[in-house]
Amino acid sequence: MRRRSLVLPLLALPFLAMPFLAGPGIALAQPGQIQVQQVWSRAAPQGRVGVLYMTVTDHGAPDRLVGVETPVAEKAELHESFAEGGVMKMRPVAAAPVEPGKPLVLKPGGYHVMLMGLRRSLKEGDEFPATIRFAQAGAVSVTAHVAKAGAAAPPGAAEMGRDHGAMSH
Amino acid sequence: MSDQPRRKLPGFAIALAALVVLAVIGAGTAWFMQGGAPTIGGPFKLVNGEGRPVTDRDFRGHYLLVYFGYTFCPDVCPTTLNQVAEALDKLGPKGEQVQPLFITVDPKRDTPQVVGQYVAAFTPRLVGLTGTPEEIAKVAREYRVYYAIHKTAGSPGDYTVDHSSSLYLMSPSGAFIAPIRADQSGAEMAKDIARHLS
Repeated sequence: MRRRSLVLPLLALPFLAMPFLAGPGIALAQPGQIQVQQVWSRAAPQGRVGVLYMTVTDHGAPDRLVGVETPVAEKAELHESFAEGGVMKMRPVAAAPVEPGKPLVLKPGGYHVMLMGLRRSLKEGDEFPATIRFAQAGAVSVTAHVAKAGAAAPPGAAEMGRDHGAMSH
Repeated sequence: MSDQPRRKLPGFAIALAALVVLAVIGAGTAWFMQGGAPTIGGPFKLVNGEGRPVTDRDFRGHYLLVYFGYTFCPDVCPTTLNQVAEALDKLGPKGEQVQPLFITVDPKRDTPQVVGQYVAAFTPRLVGLTGTPEEIAKVAREYRVYYAIHKTAGSPGDYTVDHSSSLYLMSPSGAFIAPIRADQSGAEMAKDIARHLS
């Protein structure tokens, strides 16, 4: 009985590992790794404010996004927008949590990075670098892609809620 | 004989009381119809992106789609204004009757030049308006828009502005038609607006 209970999990190990080995482009060397994907921004003029959105997935221990830096802005702050009784509010937040199975999505109308004092204008199609800091994982370097002013979705993605049906005139 | 007037008096009193009651109801109804019922919108005198004075009368003959926001808002305001631009595109020729207006609730930071540059990024049709803090307070009051400065823990000049998120659709004669929800896609907003256009 005792021997059997040990052998079975051991036999299953290679098979359990297979799905993880199959994923291309995902570094396996560091378990507990944070992935930052789909980093995007919106067109905005120099000297004004901009925004940064992204999707963070966690393959290890729970972590927190605690800061952002980018050479295109004097200051980058993590903010959250929310509606309260028909009133829109925006507040700075110290950190945003991420954990396995619970991706952290920075998107219009929620968590976002506010870029203050843009050192250059951001134009649709531009790219710029940014560093995203996590409490545990440290710094992650990313490239942001600029969509048009006020875009609801990242560049290249289908616009959210687009209706292809005909309008009645 | 002495009984007769005594009997008639209560009847007369009742009639008089009834008249008074009716008069009070009538006056109350008139008050409610005129000033007691809430109205949305009203006259304004503001400044556009080129620094020229603009009044509500300049837009007579056009439906107005009015949005209150501020240019230091990087997330929600641009999303809404982009959806307004998309909605007007989707409305096609019908949308040409609709003039979109962006009125800032942050007159201190939003100068005419800042507002003009800001709105141009969304659609050339969007008109951005600013004014003195008093002029902005007046137009916000008329539209029953709530706004309040919220100081953030940065430098003293750092603040965000809480503000009502609804848009307002006004008739070509300047009367309020309906609120338009800001948290919908351009296509949804177009359908919402189309229902009210003649």
